[in-house]
Amino acid sequence: MSQIDELISKFQEVSNHPQKTVLNYKQQGKRLVGMMPYYAPEEIVYAAGCLPVGMFGAQKPQIAAARTYLPPFACSLMQADMELQLNGTYDCLDAVIFSVPCDTLRCMSQKWHGKAPVIVFTHPQNRKIRPAVDFLKAEYEHVRAELERILGVKISDLAIQEAINVYNENRRAMREFCDVAAQYPQIFTPVKRHDVIKARWFMDKAEHTALIRQLIDAVKKEPVQPWNGKKVVLSGIMAEPDEFLDIFNEFNIAVVADDLAQESRQFRTDVPSGIDPLEQLAQQWQDFDGCPLALNPDKPRGQMLIDMTKKYKADAVVVCMMRFCDPEEFDYPIYKPEFEEAGVRYTVLDLDIESPSLEQLRTRIQAFSEIL
Amino acid sequence: MYTLGIDVGSSSSKAVILEDGKKIIAQAVVEIGTGSSGPERVLDEVFEKTNLKIEDMANIIATGYGRFNVDCAKGEVSEITCHAKGALFECPGTTTILDIGGQDVKSIKLNSQGLVMQFAMNDKCAAGTGRFLDVMSKVLEIPMSEMGDWYFKSKHPAAVSSTCTVFAESEVISLLSKNIPKEDIVAGVHQSIAAKACALVRRVGVGDDLTMTGGGSRDPGVVDAVSKELGIPVRVALHPQAVGALGAALIAYDKIKK
Repeated sequence: MSQIDELISKFQEVSNHPQKTVLNYKQQGKRLVGMMPYYAPEEIVYAAGCLPVGMFGAQKPQIAAARTYLPPFACSLMQADMELQLNGTYDCLDAVIFSVPCDTLRCMSQKWHGKAPVIVFTHPQNRKIRPAVDFLKAEYEHVRAELERILGVKISDLAIQEAINVYNENRRAMREFCDVAAQYPQIFTPVKRHDVIKARWFMDKAEHTALIRQLIDAVKKEPVQPWNGKKVVLSGIMAEPDEFLDIFNEFNIAVVADDLAQESRQFRTDVPSGIDPLEQLAQQWQDFDGCPLALNPDKPRGQMLIDMTKKYKADAVVVCMMRFCDPEEFDYPIYKPEFEEAGVRYTVLDLDIESPSLEQLRTRIQAFSEIL
Repeated sequence: MYTLGIDVGSSSSKAVILEDGKKIIAQAVVEIGTGSSGPERVLDEVFEKTNLKIEDMANIIATGYGRFNVDCAKGEVSEITCHAKGALFECPGTTTILDIGGQDVKSIKLNSQGLVMQFAMNDKCAAGTGRFLDVMSKVLEIPMSEMGDWYFKSKHPAAVSSTCTVFAESEVISLLSKNIPKEDIVAGVHQSIAAKACALVRRVGVGDDLTMTGGGSRDPGVVDAVSKELGIPVRVALHPQAVGALGAALIAYDKIKK
C-alpha cells in the first residue's frame, strides 16, 4: 500500500467508524463534547481539554423512535440526530452544544433526550452590525461558563487563543488540501475526498492537521494527470451517504470543490487575531458568508459559487438539497437566476440521508453528465 | 443499418427498431417493467414483427429504470437524454417535454439546437404519475382507457388534492360516498395530475412548444388538463410510450455513425 493510500485509509477508518474513534479518545481520558450542526465555537471546547465531536447524523440511519418527537417534514439529518439521542449512541458525550439557526434545531434544543447536559446558545440573525459581535460574545461567555460548570474546569483566555491557533492551522491545511485534491481527482474520488474532510469532526484537530500535511506532501510528489471526466462543485448541507458520492465516480465526475455545511463552510473563514478570544470567535461569525444559516441580506452565495466554478474550472454546480431544509430551499431561487445569467450549469438533487432514492439519483446524475 | 432501443421502465417495457436512424421498423410495448419478464418479452415482440434478429442490430442502447439489467445492450443512456432525443425526432421544434410515466414524471427543457438544458423529476411520490391515474381508475371502477371520455363529460370538476396518492384516494372515496358525479371526480383527478406535472414543467420553464410523452399522454383528458393548466396548446408524440426507446435507438445509431 502506498503512503497516500495508507494515509487516506486512516481518514476513512475515522469517518467510517466515528463512534469507535471518539471512544478511543475517551479511553485515553479525553472528555467528549458533541457539537450539534451546524456552527459552534469548537475552540472553547478544545481549550477545555475536551474533544469536540461532530453530530452530523449517520449514513442511512434507521429512523423509528424519532418519529414520536419530530414531524415528517423535519429534515433527515435532524431525524437521524434525534434517533441517535434516543438509541443511546450519544450517551458517551459529556456535554452537547446546540446552536439554533433553524426552526427544527430550535425545537430539538428544547427536547433533547440524550443523557449529556445541553448548552444552548443563539447566533445573532442581524450579523453584519457591531452589536452582533457584542451579542455573540456574551453568548460565548455563557457557553464557556456552562462548560466550566458541567466539566468542572477553568477555560482561560490563553487556552482559547491556543485553540484558535490550532483550529486556524487546521482550516488553512484543509483549504490547501481541497486545492490539492482538485488537481488529483484520480486519487481523490468523491468519497475519499469526503472522508478526509469528514474525519476532522472526530479527531483532535492538531492530529488531523498533521496527517493532512503528510497527505498533501505525499500527493504533491505525484505528477498531475489530465482528467477526461467532468468536474463539479457541491453545494448544500452535506453529501451523504457514500453510495450517493459513488454515483459521481461511476459517471466519471470529480468533485473539485465544495460549499457544504459539513465540509468547506467549516474552514472557509479563519478566526481573526486579537486580544479577546471570545470577541475574535464572534467576529468570525460576522466575517463568515455563503451559508443560508448565517443571514446576509446581500446574499453573496450565488456569486461565491460562480467564482468557485471559475477558480476550479468546474463544469457545473450540483446543489445537494437536503429535503425539508427550509434555509437551503429558500436560498435556491435567489442564486438559481444568478447561475443562469453567468452561464453556470447546475442541477439540484433532493437528498434524504435516511432513504436516499439512489436509483433516481443515479438517473439524474447520469442525465446531468450527459448534458454537460 | 438497424439499431435497437429498449426502455425498461418501472411499469412497462418498450422497444424500437430503427433503420438508418430515420425509419421506425417496429415498436413494441409490454405492460410490465423492470424486475419482470417484461424486457425479455418486449424483445421477443419487437422481433416477431420483423424478419430481423438481434444479431442484425448494429448497436443496442438501453434506457429507463432497468437500463443496467439489459444483457444485450451495448450501452446505457439516461431516460432524460433518450426522451429528449425521441420527442425531438417525433415533434421537431419542440422546446419542452413532459413525460408522464408509470411511476415518474419528467420535464425537460431543450435549447434551440435541441440540446437538454435543464430537467426535473418527481421524487418519492406517485402523485402526478400514471400510477396515480391507475389507482383512481380502480377506485372509480372505470377502465383506464375510458378515463379520458369521462373527463370530457364533466361540467363541474371536483377538487382532488395533488400532494399524495393515498390521501387523494381517500378523497375520491369520500366524494363517491357524497354522490358527486363520477365524471366530475374523474375531471378532478385529471386536474390533480396536471397540477403536479405542470409544477415540474414550470421548474424548467414552460417554453412555447410543449410535447407530451409517456403512458399518461395516451389519456386525452390528461393532455387537455395539462394544456389548460399551462394555457398553451400541447402536442403528443406519435408513439408516446415508445419515445424513450426511440431515443435510445437514435443514440445507438449516432454512436455507430461517430
